[in-house]
Amino acid sequence: MSDPKRQPPRIESRAWLAPLPAATRFIFRGGAAAAQAASRAFGVELPATACRANVAGARAALWLGPDEQLLIAPEGDATAARAALAAALESIPHSIVDISHRQVAFEVKGPDAEWLLQAGCPLDLDASQFPVGMCTRTVYLKAEITLWRTGADTFRLEIWRSFAEYVVGMLEESALELTA
Amino acid sequence: MLLIECPYCGPRPELEFAYGGQAHIARPADPSKASDQEWLEFLYLRDNTRGLFAERWRHARGCGRFFNAIRDTTTDHFVVTYKAGEARPAPTAGGAR
Repeated sequence: MSDPKRQPPRIESRAWLAPLPAATRFIFRGGAAAAQAASRAFGVELPATACRANVAGARAALWLGPDEQLLIAPEGDATAARAALAAALESIPHSIVDISHRQVAFEVKGPDAEWLLQAGCPLDLDASQFPVGMCTRTVYLKAEITLWRTGADTFRLEIWRSFAEYVVGMLEESALELTA
Repeated sequence: MLLIECPYCGPRPELEFAYGGQAHIARPADPSKASDQEWLEFLYLRDNTRGLFAERWRHARGCGRFFNAIRDTTTDHFVVTYKAGEARPAPTAGGAR
């Protein structure tokens, strides 16, 4: 049975699931002083609030843990960003690991995006519980993902490269239900 | 699904967590001075409490942090969770459900 309120599925255009361009990614770990210095060097305020992301221009910083942040920048920024962070953090204990190629990003978009992700993610993705700007590491079925709500009906998924085929396959399979 | 309150992220589904065994077991300050019996107890002997039990959990597929929880082993009810390093909260009977 189909829900008359639900938008018609857009699988044929595949607009609901799109790979995002390659990006520069760093995992930053460090205390408050290091986070402050990294914020200035990276140009994005590293969020101090749990499970929130900050965006400035084409760069973003995502809170993953109390001392752990995921920094995302355009692919071409890799060298400049790495140099700026290294210079600013020279005398402060911290760790920065380049994970640009460890994971790939997808965007799930559309009025059914929330429903589609809810098929495999145990979190409550309702906007009241998972508002725009919230991000977290979680699971999609058996794979670990980083989920970030970038818009009311737009989510960014960061998936470890070797899990991507599984996650995308399961998303496509779940989407079949929208056509029923 | 059982929700567990992560001290950092708030209530999250049980799927994201990993169990870490009994909490508040301190490693002997100077292992070379510990007797064989003390070392054995540190390594292997654990309580098997019926009722409220302090244990370690890790938000493995979330923020990745270890924390401690007091759980009722008979009902699986989480009474309270608190950050690692904090003292165990006073015993409470709130667990029975």
